[in-house]
Amino acid sequence: MLAYIARRILASVPVMIVVALFVFLLLRLTPGDPAAIIAGDMATPAQLDQIRQSLGLNEPLVTQFVTWSGQLLSGDFGRSLISRTPVLTLIGQRLEPTLSLAIVTMIITLVLSIPMGVLAAWRHGSLTDSAVMAVSVLGFSIPVFVTGYIFIQIFAIDLRIFPVQGFKSISEGFWPFFSRIFLPALTLATIYIALIARMTRAAMLDVLGEDYVRTARAKGLSERVVLFRHALRNAAVPILTVVGTGFALMISGVVVTESVFNIPGLGRLTVDAILARDYPVIQALILLTSGIYVVINLLIDISYAFMDPRIRY
Amino acid sequence: MSFLANASAFRPSRLVRSALLASVVALSGLAAAPVDAQEIRAVMHSGIRVLDPVITTAHITRNHGYMIYDTLLGMDENLKPQPQMASWSVSDDGLSYTFTLREGLKWHDGAPVTSADAVASLKRWGQRDGGAQMMFKSVESLEPTDDKTFVLKLSEPFSYVLELMAKPSGLPTFIMPERVASTPPGESITDYTGSGPFKFVEAEFEPGVRAVYDKNEDYVPRDEPPSWTAGGKVVNVDRVTWVVMPDVQTAVNAINGGEIDFLEQTPIDLLPLLQANPDLTVEVLSPLGYQTMARLNWLNPPFDNVKIRQAAMTALGQEPILAALVGNPDYMKSCGSMYGCGTPFATDAGSEPIMSGPQPDKAKAMLEEAGYDGTPIVLMQPTDVPSIAPQPVVAAQLLRQAGFTVDMQPMDWQTLVTRRASQAPVAEGGWNMFFTNWIIPEVWSPINNPMLNGGGKEAAWFGWPNDPELDEMRTKFAQANDEETRKTIAADIQAHAFEVVNYIPVGEYTIPSTSRDTLSGMLKMPVPVFWSVEKSGN
Repeated sequence: MLAYIARRILASVPVMIVVALFVFLLLRLTPGDPAAIIAGDMATPAQLDQIRQSLGLNEPLVTQFVTWSGQLLSGDFGRSLISRTPVLTLIGQRLEPTLSLAIVTMIITLVLSIPMGVLAAWRHGSLTDSAVMAVSVLGFSIPVFVTGYIFIQIFAIDLRIFPVQGFKSISEGFWPFFSRIFLPALTLATIYIALIARMTRAAMLDVLGEDYVRTARAKGLSERVVLFRHALRNAAVPILTVVGTGFALMISGVVVTESVFNIPGLGRLTVDAILARDYPVIQALILLTSGIYVVINLLIDISYAFMDPRIRY
Repeated sequence: MSFLANASAFRPSRLVRSALLASVVALSGLAAAPVDAQEIRAVMHSGIRVLDPVITTAHITRNHGYMIYDTLLGMDENLKPQPQMASWSVSDDGLSYTFTLREGLKWHDGAPVTSADAVASLKRWGQRDGGAQMMFKSVESLEPTDDKTFVLKLSEPFSYVLELMAKPSGLPTFIMPERVASTPPGESITDYTGSGPFKFVEAEFEPGVRAVYDKNEDYVPRDEPPSWTAGGKVVNVDRVTWVVMPDVQTAVNAINGGEIDFLEQTPIDLLPLLQANPDLTVEVLSPLGYQTMARLNWLNPPFDNVKIRQAAMTALGQEPILAALVGNPDYMKSCGSMYGCGTPFATDAGSEPIMSGPQPDKAKAMLEEAGYDGTPIVLMQPTDVPSIAPQPVVAAQLLRQAGFTVDMQPMDWQTLVTRRASQAPVAEGGWNMFFTNWIIPEVWSPINNPMLNGGGKEAAWFGWPNDPELDEMRTKFAQANDEETRKTIAADIQAHAFEVVNYIPVGEYTIPSTSRDTLSGMLKMPVPVFWSVEKSGN
């Protein structure tokens, strides 16, 4: 197992190098000039050139890439071209909101979607099954900003249970944190509940037809034990895959939800950086996202071995 | 295996006890015991990212400048320069200005403000601001004479010195410590020490999220009542926090729900949601408002031909463009003045072609006479900026009706600002036409107005008119000593600028602000400021 993990980590190095090179070149080939964003509307061409010079944007591409790569190897992601804030500080400021949103969303999702999927599979073809599927289709089909605005109208404006917007760190107290993260997490969870409930149902339906389930029932085990200990565990591999990639997707940023609820997460940072052509920030974010995907895929693969003893590395 | 063997050391009962204790502490709010400071939470028109108010003309950075810096002079509501950090005297020949700093001026780190700081700041400003660059061509010397006094000597008459130093927008004369002001003008400052009424809380700054300003307890305001950027800047709250909300609907919900106190720009289409709330006040704080305008590129065909530029202006009209942009007549008006209506130099001189509304038949005849060969006009449309996105769409249709071939190219604003800097032919990435907006104080005189620079490819603003006659007239304006002469020259400049189609103003509009009734004392002026404002409650 350890040798497998080491191999996977080593294999990710060339992936990250290719990503770094690709992102660097793609950004430089995209039209846009950070100097124009900095200078504002009144700047003359000469003034823009002055700023480009001071930011090193007039250097040949190769020089810029070598400088950036050298900084990266020493752990320096550089500074934002626009605000001059260190890139790692910017990302650090956005990590807690993003992780909080992803974790709370995933908790809500798992608590609701897996029982829903199991129930739908267990009562396959019944009204319950149809109801679960209908809720899934609805959750999947309504755009997340519409769900968000509906929740804001009901829970924040009409009932005044939660604030409309914003984020508070958990260090400022549980309720200030929870009251602000719950609605966005619930909004985002509607999509993942739909996805994972459907996935759970499909995987469970496959497994429930297997011989060992019939054997378990024949042994006189309770339905609860049959469903959750025998069937669900064997259906877990595809579910874990969806949960893992869904989690990675949330960490790399959920721009619409972050905007509607004013959560200062990585998604908004990414969009702002792209609009301002803030190269060092975009490069760092894409590298970070790639890294997250590599790690999460690795974790998913490792978890397969725990869920299914037949899988060995 | 060893991990599992040791896992029993984490006894569940201890874990549960710890978690419960942590939850109780958190729920009781002990984990974050904020001191109840009186704070204004404001959503401004955009998030602040650039913190140097000299390197950029971005309005949000200018607003930041007014929070933490002081200006040498102020401008009152009658548009007259007034003392702010300094008073002045002018020699009889008008060539020497002596400025004296007032008592009690201190930097946020406690050091006194000196004339060396003011001189260094003015010199940096003089390298960035268009009007100041023109002024500095006539400056012989700018030197401190002692800690409190400095002298500006001119080599030739330039009577617009005080108006430039007092201007509220564009690049105001924010005074910085000498060590900061010595930063090269193309490089952003990294030390945010000011002497203004608020202190920037750098530790709490999160670009794109929030900026925090604490009251500067050591600031000594002037005794006069506040009037625009002149008079006493009395701060009545402990803290102002600018919260960034990228979604306007969220901002509207937040002010309706009492989560923020001030919304600088209220979208016109969402006004009914706010006007129905008795706890909110919706009002225009900057009645002079904005000018929206089209700029044509003089370098590329077909707009290198003055007759075709004239035909384009004749094809356009202000009403249809304003209707698409604003829609609500309470917040828009036609205006034939390049200097903005309601300003000292406002005039209708030469504006007849644009004020007559779209005249497609006349424009068609003009095109025929000019020998227009159907060369497509590349009209850049920024799809991501709601205040500039509709104008090109309407203009494209009006131009087509007059016989122009129009190639409207949608793009994001960032691509537009990069492309408009290109002086290349259209086939090599150049352009023909784009729209943008200004606040009126940025265009209200021939010196301030960036478009009215005839310096061609080297010195003029994007579009690069090469118009020596215009520049001569501006120089005469700058040298004129009395208001009437200035007005006459300003009218001549405008008539000339319309004649050659320097640019096409397509109307004016205002944007209402919304504040909760817990706020009072918001000043009506072109720049949103937070001195004089009082807040009841926290």
